[in-house]
Amino acid sequence: MAAIASAELYGPMVPAPFRVVARRQDTADTWTLLLEGPAPLPFRPGQFTMLGAAGCGEVPISISGDPDDPSRLVHTVRAVGAATAAICAAEPGRALGVRGPFGRPWPIEEIEGADVVIAAGGIGLAPLRPAIVRLLACRERYGRIVVLYGGRDPAQLLYPGELPQWGAEVTVDTAGRGWRGRVGVVTKLIDRATFDPASAVVLTCGPEVMMRFAVEALLRRGVTADRAYVSMERNMQCGIGHCGHCQLGPTLVCRDGPVYTWEELEPWLAIREL
Amino acid sequence: MQSIADLTAATPALAALAPRHLELIAGCGQMAHFRADEPLFRVGEPAGRFYVIRRGSVALELAVPQHEPVTIETLHDGELLGWSWLFEPHRWMFDAHALEDTSAIEFDGACLRGKCESDHELGYQLMRRFAAVLTARLQATRLQLLDVYGGHRVR
Repeated sequence: MAAIASAELYGPMVPAPFRVVARRQDTADTWTLLLEGPAPLPFRPGQFTMLGAAGCGEVPISISGDPDDPSRLVHTVRAVGAATAAICAAEPGRALGVRGPFGRPWPIEEIEGADVVIAAGGIGLAPLRPAIVRLLACRERYGRIVVLYGGRDPAQLLYPGELPQWGAEVTVDTAGRGWRGRVGVVTKLIDRATFDPASAVVLTCGPEVMMRFAVEALLRRGVTADRAYVSMERNMQCGIGHCGHCQLGPTLVCRDGPVYTWEELEPWLAIREL
Repeated sequence: MQSIADLTAATPALAALAPRHLELIAGCGQMAHFRADEPLFRVGEPAGRFYVIRRGSVALELAVPQHEPVTIETLHDGELLGWSWLFEPHRWMFDAHALEDTSAIEFDGACLRGKCESDHELGYQLMRRFAAVLTARLQATRLQLLDVYGGHRVR
């Protein structure tokens, strides 16, 4: 029998019960949860689910697992509110509600043959992890794969065990004397990275200010706006383009995003009220 | 072996200087080498020089009383280190030490200031390039001050 996604099992508006099978603390406020559901949940890198803890609400969380292993749903979640705090506190055995996967993914298949520059900031590395895993699994299909990652300080870096395997260039905004790596903003990494601007495709995710500065640095290097992809975050509620909470210009982030090209997005980001 | 002028010309921040100016600048430079953890300068000391890092990396630090020093920025191959030589009172504002074995070109600030005074075109060209570095560092510092990763993301 073919795998059935939870969305097909219960419909896009009804959460499927996924049980926490493992939980790992990544930083002081961020946890990675490994979940198993009633059926595998195929997804494409960059997609998200609506993840909920009973009685505490539901939030959009990007999937951060291996897209070639849909039997396990992996989410890296930062506790910043009631719902995310309850999700992060979910011990193994507890059930969480999952709807999805939703959203427009990273264009992994469409960019074969190109140099790929991944520019991540903070927890923005989580939505890019499936893309990195997929790119490296099909390494021969791409040119250079450059992973650039900026964080607040060394203790806030995600996936420290995987960063060297990805060949990631890492920088932090501030550090103590024990840190032997780079200190400075992530845009400095972009200025020094080796890639072919004429063909490179950029995937970036992080705080919106960081993405804006990162894309501007990439445009200065010669990357064009139609090849710079960003993952946006807005107040998503339904996840399927019905409620309108996540409207951004003429688009709904849950349905038309969260991944956009900079070319699509730039006119709307210039409007401060949005 | 490359001359100081050749090495200076290959520095991105000092690119496209006229050969005459490169020779003048190179005349104030010499090679310097630092072992890992060796200090380059300390806050408050006379700032009579600046560096172009050839190979290695250097941490700029601020000593915080009762706490371990905070690394503000690291500088790497091809980057300029130090501008206190340009401005009164010519004192270092931060500590700097090598994070690994590091080679650099060390330029004598008084020597260069003297040449800039007598050749204002050299002074203008050098100031333009240092202003670009200062602007980039200022923008980076503003971005760091925003503490964008410490905000309220929901992911």
